Amino acid sequence: MIRKLIPLAVALALAGAACSSEDSEGSSPPPTLTTTSAAQATTTVAMETTTSTTTTLAPDDGFPVTIVAPNGPVTIAARPARIVSISPTSTEVLFAVGAGEQVVAVDSMSNFPVNAPVTDLSAFTPSVEAIASYDPDLVFLSFDPGDIVAGLEAIGIPVVLHPTALSVDDAYAQWEQVGAATGHISEATAVVVDTATDMESAFDSLPEADAAVTYYYELDPTFYSVTSASFIGGLLAPSGMTNIADPADADGFGYPQLNAEYIIDSNPTLILLADTKCCGASVGTVAERPGWASMTAVENGSVVELDDDIASRWGPRIADLVEDVVVAMHELALVDA
Amino acid sequence: MNAGRPSGTRLHWWWVVGAALVLFSAVIVGVMVGPIALAPLDIVASLFNRLPLVDLESGLGERNEAILWEIRMPRVMLAVLVGSMLSAAGASYQGVFRNPLADPYLLGAGAGAGLGATIAIAYGPAASGWIVDPLPLAAFIGAIGGVALAYILGYSVRSGRTAVTLILAGVAVAAFLTAFQTFLQQRESDTLREVYGWILGSLSTAGWGEVSLVAPYVVVCLAVVLVGRRLLDVLAVGDTEAGTLGIRPGRVRLVFVIFATLGTAAVVSVSGLIGFVGIIVPHTVRLLTSASYRVVVPISILLGGAFLVLADIIARVAVTPAEIPIGVVTAIIGAPFFAVVLRTSKGVVS
Repeated sequence: MIRKLIPLAVALALAGAACSSEDSEGSSPPPTLTTTSAAQATTTVAMETTTSTTTTLAPDDGFPVTIVAPNGPVTIAARPARIVSISPTSTEVLFAVGAGEQVVAVDSMSNFPVNAPVTDLSAFTPSVEAIASYDPDLVFLSFDPGDIVAGLEAIGIPVVLHPTALSVDDAYAQWEQVGAATGHISEATAVVVDTATDMESAFDSLPEADAAVTYYYELDPTFYSVTSASFIGGLLAPSGMTNIADPADADGFGYPQLNAEYIIDSNPTLILLADTKCCGASVGTVAERPGWASMTAVENGSVVELDDDIASRWGPRIADLVEDVVVAMHELALVDA
Repeated sequence: MNAGRPSGTRLHWWWVVGAALVLFSAVIVGVMVGPIALAPLDIVASLFNRLPLVDLESGLGERNEAILWEIRMPRVMLAVLVGSMLSAAGASYQGVFRNPLADPYLLGAGAGAGLGATIAIAYGPAASGWIVDPLPLAAFIGAIGGVALAYILGYSVRSGRTAVTLILAGVAVAAFLTAFQTFLQQRESDTLREVYGWILGSLSTAGWGEVSLVAPYVVVCLAVVLVGRRLLDVLAVGDTEAGTLGIRPGRVRLVFVIFATLGTAAVVSVSGLIGFVGIIVPHTVRLLTSASYRVVVPISILLGGAFLVLADIIARVAVTPAEIPIGVVTAIIGAPFFAVVLRTSKGVVS
């Protein structure tokens, strides 16, 4: 069993590494937005009130529209009315830009917002037939384990593949594409602007950036972490904090597994737990770990319990995560004072 | 097997002393080396400070003391226990099944533990809500359950309750449990990384709690296997012949399987499925010393502990401050090392 699994795990790791290097070299182009109609600029919020059970082809909604997604150009002929989202992030974005009423099915892990039409569709092992059974006119995916995109395209269903964002700008570009593809361009722009403003004002509230403040970001209780090269690392970069995982990631993969001795010795000022839901990590369990009670962050209570779901997605709720971290940094300053 | 007995069946004292020295050295290196450089003299001072009436200036701060005593020491000790137990269990399985490819997971202990762990990770309550952590418990029960299932299946075959029947039953049970485990893992894909991490094995989160949890099982199981190891030599001649020598092969096999499985279940419940140790350590010992289980069992226990301590040092420091799963290390260094031993040996194993 082991002998079969090791090559598999190595292959997974290599596949992951290959993906990330590919992306960083830019061979998969960042999403760009092009529209075929000049009328899109005049698209108004009023479109939102249109009932979505029938496709209404208003002259001013910008359709047909072509977006250049990471899986290539996708042309959507008319305002979609039967959207299937096989990505928890896309689900959050769709509802945030006001396209929620056009969504007919979302995958089993899409637990936000609560009124999303959850089905048992799997985001990890999606099936073309299962997706097609909802008769969608647009499908959002975050992961193509092989030929799902090609399969859906073969039966004439437009597919937008929005993989894990590598940067905040990457995420913004995806949200704007969601807006363009669903007829909610101005709302999408507003969501981007609001999120960016919220995060900026949160970071602005911080005193002068201090690189001596360090943080450890925990993905699971076996000490998998993220580095500055990851999406979360980039998201928190404006805080000015130093990420203790950076030295553990020579090849820029972004997600190293840290050694317990190293974490304790690094003595990070802030411990951010992104494994509260999955693995039950909490301020209490962290303090009980062997040797961890000697860490300053544990003594000071500078351990932040984040929402795993927000932390593992790249939807508009990233602003909430930033806010949680910034609040913790303010409390930290109080401790120092 | 080993008709000429070139190295004899006696357990020479220098083999024991040599293997014990290797283990002792491995433990010392394991305590000295880590991603955080602690001064060797400070470590020695800190060690002696644990003795009564000794109070040396160790120079380690509170945090480094915590690293040494709460992280590094239990990890090294757990490596010794896991390595010894898997090696002894591997040797026992090879003996009772007269099969050089037998390893501690042969009868479904590994597949059962994997299934138990997957269920605990995917459906178990958060660790904090329970008095005991459900993960090791589920893995332990899974391992025992897998082997019990294989035994029941093997014994339900009328044509013969032989070693081969049992192995085939084990293969069937392991395949079934692995399939079910994979199904659950794919279904609950959000827990995929955690499950994979567990299956590849790790000593990284070990504290004294884990050590004291498995130590009693390991001590009892090793004692039983050590005391009974001569019977493995008798079984080597075949069930019928062994029967004429006055032992009951079925019963001997059952006792060894019970204790090898109990010990294996205990160690994998905290370390995950660390592979290769149970195969390569006993075979290396056979090639270096003697094919007699009187020698193989005790020397495997000592060198198995040493091997896993050394493998864990590599897991800790090779890509410092990141970690490599120890199951990957045992495979990467274990397989070529074994190949070298095989090539340079004089062919002690028939």
